[in-house]
Amino acid sequence: MKNAPFLRSYTLFYLLFLYGPILLLPIFAFNDSRVVAFPLQGFTTQWFAEMAADQNLRNAAKNSLIIALSVASISTILGIFAARASVRYRFPGKGPILGMVMLPLVLPEMIVAMALLVVLLSIGIPLSLFTVILGQVLICTPFAVAILTSAFQSLDRSLEEAALDLGETPLSTFRLIVLPLVMPGIMASFLICFTISFDEFIIANFLGSGQPILSVYIFGQFRFPAKVPSMLALGTVLVLFSIILLGFAEYMRRRGIAKAGGKDSGGFL
Amino acid sequence: MTASDDRPTMIEFKDVHKYYGDYHALRGINGTIKAGEFFSLLGPSGCGKTTLLRTIAGFEDISSGVVMIDGKSMAGVPANVRPTNMVFQSYAIFPHMSVAENVGFGLRKDPRSASEKAKAVAEALEMVGLKGYGARAAHALSGGQRQRVALARALILKPKVLLLDEPLSALDKKMREHMQVELIKLQRQVGITFILVTHDQEEALVMSDRIAVMFEGEIAQLADPETLYRRPATKKVADFIGTMNFIPATILSEAGDKVEIEAKGLGRVAIDIAQAPAASGESPVVGLRPETLTLLYDDQKASERETDGVIDEVIYFGDMTYYDVYLGGTDVEVRLSMRNVPGRPVLDVGTKVRVAWSPSALVLFR
Amino acid sequence: MAQIPSAEARAGLKLISPTAIYVILLLAVPLATVLIYSVLTGSRGSVLLPITGENYAELWSRPVYGYIMLKSLLVALTVTFITVMLAYPVAYFVSFHVKPERKSLWLFLITIPFWTSYIIRVSLWFVILGYDGVVDSTLMSLGFMDTQLNIASYSILSIIIVLAHAYAPFAVLPIFVSLEKVDRSLLEAGQDLGESRWSTFLRVTLPLSMPGVIAAALIVFIPTVGDYVTPELVGDGKEPMIANLIETQLLKLANFAQGSAFAVASMLMVGIVSVVFVLLNRRFIGGQK
Repeated sequence: MKNAPFLRSYTLFYLLFLYGPILLLPIFAFNDSRVVAFPLQGFTTQWFAEMAADQNLRNAAKNSLIIALSVASISTILGIFAARASVRYRFPGKGPILGMVMLPLVLPEMIVAMALLVVLLSIGIPLSLFTVILGQVLICTPFAVAILTSAFQSLDRSLEEAALDLGETPLSTFRLIVLPLVMPGIMASFLICFTISFDEFIIANFLGSGQPILSVYIFGQFRFPAKVPSMLALGTVLVLFSIILLGFAEYMRRRGIAKAGGKDSGGFL
Repeated sequence: MTASDDRPTMIEFKDVHKYYGDYHALRGINGTIKAGEFFSLLGPSGCGKTTLLRTIAGFEDISSGVVMIDGKSMAGVPANVRPTNMVFQSYAIFPHMSVAENVGFGLRKDPRSASEKAKAVAEALEMVGLKGYGARAAHALSGGQRQRVALARALILKPKVLLLDEPLSALDKKMREHMQVELIKLQRQVGITFILVTHDQEEALVMSDRIAVMFEGEIAQLADPETLYRRPATKKVADFIGTMNFIPATILSEAGDKVEIEAKGLGRVAIDIAQAPAASGESPVVGLRPETLTLLYDDQKASERETDGVIDEVIYFGDMTYYDVYLGGTDVEVRLSMRNVPGRPVLDVGTKVRVAWSPSALVLFR
Repeated sequence: MAQIPSAEARAGLKLISPTAIYVILLLAVPLATVLIYSVLTGSRGSVLLPITGENYAELWSRPVYGYIMLKSLLVALTVTFITVMLAYPVAYFVSFHVKPERKSLWLFLITIPFWTSYIIRVSLWFVILGYDGVVDSTLMSLGFMDTQLNIASYSILSIIIVLAHAYAPFAVLPIFVSLEKVDRSLLEAGQDLGESRWSTFLRVTLPLSMPGVIAAALIVFIPTVGDYVTPELVGDGKEPMIANLIETQLLKLANFAQGSAFAVASMLMVGIVSVVFVLLNRRFIGGQK
């Protein structure tokens, strides 16, 4: 490894650029001024108190939690079906079906949201948290499929055959061998989908019919300068929350690879 | 060699075909494997040997034909209820379980008590030389140990047939030779039919009671190792197993059980019909194994036939020397192997020699 | 043989059917609907039968639509260019100058910001770029200037900065992956044959990593061209992009037909640019043979 001082300092500078806004979050979340600008005015926790007291915010958080938990569960289950079928079987139409499943990765989210919205409005399905879940599952499933595909791929096919050979049925083989070995992948998929859904705005906004959902609520609040500091407090909490979730997801993913006896080959994406 | 013929049939193939899409992987397999036999499926990669093994285990459906195990057709019988167990090429040790959990995996539905099962696991581990390894994590084992665990895990269920898919290919040379002997001993001890898939002809010759040599989805010859080596049925089999010299020949006459031929450099020779397997339409050649040819020193006389020659190449191996020799002033070159013994120096290139050979060692391919 | 679906094919289809049915009902059918609506006659809140090309003609005839589409395209291409250029050295550094066991940690560090609330990240750029923001107050206190720059008031510029920041990790990862695949012995071979380090980079490393660069460009371009939040938040929606236009047509004016035509046109645009990227990629892969 050569030292490359220029590249190293450039990379550190780049990281500063990436983290800049996030580093400002806690600074202004604890800054004792309603105006978010320098110079700083002193330390306060009043924005956190304001945030905690906000009933609408609590409602929005509760709804977001319901949505994110549902989306993460459904996407992961759909992801298990698709990833397992894609790794294990050859069948006609495999390419087009998987292409369709992965399509939302390369389609502007607005298009997905609008297409779904047009159909929902045309057939008269009222917008609700449920329709948000329907839409977000489309966005999250490709991520679930990607993570789970690599989990299923690192599973040696002969392990399943060995279990069958030793007298287990296909179903009990799945339960005793496949599931335990891909469980870390399933957990990682669940956590990633949860995080994406929790943060997702476009579908929540357009398919949610004005229901309080956290991302939509935050978007709205930023239009009122007086509300910004408590939003920054909320942001600080969310960032911490995300980092913990992601750290956990990465840990699970690596444990899965180690368990299946494979080698680590990169991150989530 | 044991007398395989007296034993009852354990496995029977009747015109087994297997297609993958348009690819014809098994092209009409017929044959029987006897109970208690150590049987090998030998062939180059892609010859269908692993596919055939997997049709016995039930991992591959066959496109047509019948596979019988112990007198019952296996059509529609899934892998988990067949009386076979398999040792996989990758060993397929469950990485999230201990050694004992792996070995005892197949006993889950066994009605015996937990302590009896534990005893069976301990016995199985002892049998494969892993006494006391039960509590170890499976992923911490070496290659040789994994293989023993895979063996114990399969044998604990007392299958009628044990299938071994290239079980030694992942081991280094020393370990492989050691395990060959252990596997033979183990097979004698348990008396179960072993079916081994291998691409290593030496391994097959060393271990098996009988061997099926496969090329391109067909069994080219099914015989005991000695027959296979001394009387290969086709030139291809002869070439795949060991080394063989091929010498162009013409057939002069064929009468009763004798065939008279003229082989280039060897001259006229009459051979037994048993030395000339059924014709396959090739231009006739005779085959001679290198060790059936001997260089004669000045004081030696050939017991049967001899031919003059000139040494063209000398390859020294320590205990052996290989000589490539032009026969009788022709351009026919044969390889022969001589043991290096004291008082018999290695000869130089260009030396004129006499080569002794025996008509009974010839095989005619036509 | 090939005509009869094998047991394997049936099992595979059965297994994937829940996911397949879900995406067919909720993605394929809606996209097809949009396609059909785009050639029907619009009426407030619904569509009527006569098939017409008028929605697309409308797209051509009103310069404002073309302007918005072109602007979105240019903004997205600029963002893509900046993002990829900024990301390449980072990916190169992590791939070539970081110890193998530390690479995942670096990648993890680079990806974390991406997983934190997008809206909050976008909003924080006001704090940096806006009146009395980090940039202005720093520059003024250092005495470089005495009036506020207030970059946030230049909508398009701030949209570009914000987007370039938001999608940065997307660019690093594919480039990193392609650099990882570059056979290190090729580089040694290059230097062994008398190339300088810089010319080895230009003649060996860069061409071999081009597929990653193209993938990165694609991954950044697609979400940026369809971004909704940033134009809405930055500059108070004064500089709408495609997504905002689609919203206006579909929701605010409830013109399903016209909105659908916009959606199809923008998909087409994204599709064409993507195909160009992919063809470029082919060329590079082909060139290596």
